[in-house]
Amino acid sequence: MHITLTVNGAEHALELDPRTSLLDALRDHLDLTGTKKGCDHGQCGACTVLLNNRRINSCLSLAVMHEGDEITTIEGLGSPEELSPLQAAFVSHDGYQCGYCTPGQICSATAMLGEIRDGWPSHATADITASPELTTEEISERMSGNLCRCSAYPNIVDAIAEVAEGSK
Amino acid sequence: MRPFEYQRATKAQAAAQMAGAGNNTRFIAGGTNLLDLMKLEIERPETLIDISRLPLDTIEQTHDGGLRISALVANSDLAADMRVRRDYAVLTRALLAGASGQLRNKATTGGNLLQRTRCYYFYNPAMPCNKRDPGSGCGALEGQNRIHAVLGGSPHCIATHPSDMAVAMLALDATVEVLAADGTERTLPLAELYRLPGDTPHIETTLQAGDLITAVVLPPPLGGRHLYRKVRDRASYAFALTSVAAIIEMDGDTIGAARLAFGGLAPMPWRDRSVENLLIGQKPSPELWDAAADALLGSARGYGHNDFKIPLARRTLASVLSDACAEEL
Repeated sequence: MHITLTVNGAEHALELDPRTSLLDALRDHLDLTGTKKGCDHGQCGACTVLLNNRRINSCLSLAVMHEGDEITTIEGLGSPEELSPLQAAFVSHDGYQCGYCTPGQICSATAMLGEIRDGWPSHATADITASPELTTEEISERMSGNLCRCSAYPNIVDAIAEVAEGSK
Repeated sequence: MRPFEYQRATKAQAAAQMAGAGNNTRFIAGGTNLLDLMKLEIERPETLIDISRLPLDTIEQTHDGGLRISALVANSDLAADMRVRRDYAVLTRALLAGASGQLRNKATTGGNLLQRTRCYYFYNPAMPCNKRDPGSGCGALEGQNRIHAVLGGSPHCIATHPSDMAVAMLALDATVEVLAADGTERTLPLAELYRLPGDTPHIETTLQAGDLITAVVLPPPLGGRHLYRKVRDRASYAFALTSVAAIIEMDGDTIGAARLAFGGLAPMPWRDRSVENLLIGQKPSPELWDAAADALLGSARGYGHNDFKIPLARRTLASVLSDACAEEL
């Protein structure tokens, strides 16, 4: 099938088998290998990208379903010369060990901070009609879709908390 | 993944008609469960009808003051809707207890209702499973059945329904709007969407080929205290071992109204009016919770590894009822 995907602001014309996941389209057809394949079954979050500014698992979505959508990958959030605030915070807080889950963690956290700004409650929110406070418990719950086998969780939480605090 | 023909629907009626006429077609919207199963070749549709662009993404007030949730509303949008948070808190709490932020952004209202069991044997094509391969047997009955049903199972299948959302909707007396392939529309209570396994566990719902769920309708706000308690193997991002949705309204020092639904215990979201009737008009007490659990679990049966679910359900129910009837939370 012939489709056009908009990734990090650029349009790409692609010829794809309808079976191609959005993840495989990004990695194998557009050479955007920052997005990682972990479990390929929506259980680990390594493949998290932003779809119209919302976080999704790119492994559980067909590329052909995303014509006209705006897709943002880790490459679109910042560059080595100009890190996004979360990218910089992950570096300064050592929010990783092997780094494989990091692009997914950062894409997920980027959208998660937007969800907080939009006032979305979580399972950790006591009063679901109030605006949520970004406590450690809230960050852990909201980031539970991103696993880190090196268990860098404390530093990941610290990195996210610092950026959340700075953007208030 | 097996090859399939991809078609994009622009009208609901055309989608239903296409699905009714086709052989082995599936609708795809969020895709979070269907694509997972297609990768494992457990689902092998010949045609996928992409309904994600249909105009079914609104939450609207109904004439009688209820809420009509269109089928493509994402789980995250539904959970965050202030009307749901305020008037149907049990639903927001159930939604937020399920899956992850990423999955809730994609998973839809209709798709969540129709998601498949996470039974290990269903998910493993090397194993027997009457649901996946009718007549091949049930690996769970005498196998690893820790996550399996203690209510409503049959000698052919003891898989559980995995949804949290549907449990809350069942407690809320939700109805489901369905558009058929021939263009007719019908409404059914959510409880009548699901079938118990009996000797045909591969038939999970009362839907016919081409039927498209277009909306879930909630009645006017019920008031009362809304709780959703989910017990699972880890604190987040895991399916329920057992869950309880409760909407309890006190009338002085007795229980005025009680609605209860259960997840993780049965092949479908579970509701038992005899449990509710037993509570109404009574004063809260540990003895009353025991009687309620007796009524709920009288016919419960464990299969070995899941025996623990029976006392777990009893304790979870008591805890929820106790909190729901407490003067202060």
